[in-house]
Amino acid sequence: MKGYGRAVAATIFLIGLGTLLAALFAALPFGQAPMQVGQATAVVALPETGATNIVSAILLAYRGLDTLGEVTILFVAATAAGMVLSGAGRGEAQGAPAGFILRVASGLLFPFLLALGAFIVVHGHLTPGGGFQGGAILAAAFFIPLLANPASPLNHTVAMVIEGVSGAAFIAIGAAALFGGEAFLTPLFGTGTPGELFSAGSLPLLYLAVGLKVGSELAGLMARVAGEGGRA
Amino acid sequence: MIELALISVLVMIGAALAVVFVRGLMAAVAAAAVVSLALSVLFAVLRAPDVALAEAAVGAGLSGVLLALTLRRVGLWPGSPSGDGDRE
Repeated sequence: MKGYGRAVAATIFLIGLGTLLAALFAALPFGQAPMQVGQATAVVALPETGATNIVSAILLAYRGLDTLGEVTILFVAATAAGMVLSGAGRGEAQGAPAGFILRVASGLLFPFLLALGAFIVVHGHLTPGGGFQGGAILAAAFFIPLLANPASPLNHTVAMVIEGVSGAAFIAIGAAALFGGEAFLTPLFGTGTPGELFSAGSLPLLYLAVGLKVGSELAGLMARVAGEGGRA
Repeated sequence: MIELALISVLVMIGAALAVVFVRGLMAAVAAAAVVSLALSVLFAVLRAPDVALAEAAVGAGLSGVLLALTLRRVGLWPGSPSGDGDRE
């Protein structure tokens, strides 16, 4: 009887969800922006910020405070998960050793992933990607070796220090604009020549802080999941 | 372009079904990563390279490694004494 009721409830839920999504997609024209603000930003973003990647310009210059909130949420979530996991993580890392392919490939991939992650973070204001994507790749570079060899030491005290310093750097760069009489997180140093590595003012510095923060945060979290956290 | 989008959607549906029906847990993790990878191709086709990069890095990379680490942590790693992830 109980299983029958659950099946009926699931069917009703699926029908409701489908109707809702169908109504949404019927109302939205595909491939057209429903609002004007996107087109307006696309026109003014390059001359105003000097960043050729308009997504980065929006994330850091026009919506910098939202990015700070996003980074804060990630920090709180990683801290909470780390607290839960470090309480439970008394056991040694277990399981059979990894196979030949994983062991060799993790060693081969490590420098390439580091280079790719650093490239994406540093070129966040020029090409697609940025601090969040590059930070995730940097974190992956550090724990693919962890997957191959669970006993390999990943010192997450260092990760926590990098995380704290880069998070503080983000806020310090934002606060530095206050001294010039501007609003919090206003881009500094002018726009430079769009398309060059040193351009777009303080946006690359902000993305560097975000990339280091996200990378160290995720790497520390994964080290805890892998069972190293109990000995912190 | 529309062909590439259709192919990636088909790959996503196939991989999502494989996640549910495949026997080994490690193979299910790999299939879940394939779903994200095909989704990132779809994002790239739809000209959203930033989102495609995020999906490939987080969806296919990080969550795959997280699931694999969890398998290792709970002892379901293929070949470990307490579990048999890929056999059966």
